[in-house]
Amino acid sequence: MKQIDLVIIGSGAAGMAAAIEAKKNGINDLLILEKDERLGGILNQCIHNGFGLTEFKEELTGPEYLQRFVDQVIALGIPYKLNAQVTDLSKDKVVTYSSKEDGLVKLQAKAIIMATGCYERNAGAIMLPGDRPSGVITAGTAQRYLNINGLMVGKRVVILGSGDIGLIMARRLTLEGAKVLCVSEIMPYSNGLNRNIQQCLIDYDIPLYLSRTVSKVVGKDRLEKVVLSAVDENLQIIPNTEMEFECDTLILSVGLIPYVSLLNYIDCPISSTKGAVVNQYMETEIPGIFSCGNCLHVHDVVDFVSQEARLAGQSAALYLKNQINNNEDRIKIKAGNNISYVLPQFVLKNSVNDLTFKFRVRKPLKDQVVFIRSGETVLAKFVKSALIPSEMVMVNLSKDKLDEVKDEIVISSEDR
Amino acid sequence: MKELTCIVCPRGCRLQVDDNMNVTGNFCPRGKAYAISELTNPVRTITTSIRVSNRPHTLVSVKTTNPVPKDKIFDVMKEIDKLSVSAPVRIGQVVKTRVLGLESDIVITKNID
Repeated sequence: MKQIDLVIIGSGAAGMAAAIEAKKNGINDLLILEKDERLGGILNQCIHNGFGLTEFKEELTGPEYLQRFVDQVIALGIPYKLNAQVTDLSKDKVVTYSSKEDGLVKLQAKAIIMATGCYERNAGAIMLPGDRPSGVITAGTAQRYLNINGLMVGKRVVILGSGDIGLIMARRLTLEGAKVLCVSEIMPYSNGLNRNIQQCLIDYDIPLYLSRTVSKVVGKDRLEKVVLSAVDENLQIIPNTEMEFECDTLILSVGLIPYVSLLNYIDCPISSTKGAVVNQYMETEIPGIFSCGNCLHVHDVVDFVSQEARLAGQSAALYLKNQINNNEDRIKIKAGNNISYVLPQFVLKNSVNDLTFKFRVRKPLKDQVVFIRSGETVLAKFVKSALIPSEMVMVNLSKDKLDEVKDEIVISSEDR
Repeated sequence: MKELTCIVCPRGCRLQVDDNMNVTGNFCPRGKAYAISELTNPVRTITTSIRVSNRPHTLVSVKTTNPVPKDKIFDVMKEIDKLSVSAPVRIGQVVKTRVLGLESDIVITKNID
């Protein structure tokens, strides 16, 4: 079996940034495996702008953003395989992939970076009530059809879910001549960025109905009608609040889930983000297997994916040089008041790096103080004027502060 | 007093603008510029795609180099719909200069070999 130092699975924003960083940190024996026919992952179909403001201090479209990384991959001579689907992974880091060019190949890796991205929740996942006609499609699939293949998905469209892809698709379909009747959101607030509510919905007079969801899908062959109903605070449908929309397409933008099938094969522990449990090196509970990007937790801004992936790439290099000691004492990181999740979930003591904690709040909050505490000791605090669930928050902690920690750290957000 | 949502970056500041065009609520200077533009001459960047004539079932993404007036968006889209290119194309390649006489070109945003 062929031996290799590092395999990166996925060549999207995360995979490329991780590979580039590993290479820059002296790892020369590496390979990127990409299942699609081109590098870049989902950014290939995200033709809208708004990317790169943090990474490059300019506003780029998805394809422009990914090209900057492709250029580096090529300039650094990082090897990659396209049309190469990873079919299996073992605990001792044997990666099996299949490609037309190479057939079925097994690689014995010393380290692996998972950068497999996420997938969309679909009609089944949300138990969409009613018929199952054609014309019900996830937002990302509609985006691929439209932006890559040049196929319109419909003429009269209802969008369920106000996540960013749903909002972006509302504008995109409108520009291409479709009538987007409304966006319906089950929660009392949108999960999309404020700017997208403005520039994708308000700009085009597309109504956003909050606390409202699909109560019935009607259609024999093709979708004919969608019924929306109001929901109560427990998200239960309130009778006699129906609104009917005659339409041929229902687009679902109802959430993304980290793609971790390969990690499930090897019983790698998974957290509440549905991505792997990781330490401050983005290393999973299986030493030498790292995870970053949307397969770790779903991000709202790609620039932060690149940032996180660089940490994974740098860490994989540390691991390969035996500079990560997995036998160090562990500190548990817990999500406290108002926090839905925190990454990393644990920290190894005697950290090589300072720490960055990433978290999301459970509900929109104003005038908050974010505390990093160990027991009664406040290790750091940060004033935040407004926090919303759709925006990932990052706070830093100096590694020296770990000396003051007993066995766990709690991150919480409290009223100022 | 007008309330706006800034669209310059993902932060999405809530901006307040009084009758004398004084802007508050902005985290950075770009927010102020956006608010004034939005209330005097609102503009948007358009991103879309055009056909690649010598590649089957292939589109290439494009954008306006400068934002165009909001009320011209659909007119610009109609102009863009008429465009096509032959591969290979490179990011930044101009497909149409000064679309509809505006201070904005249509450029390629994706490399196609």
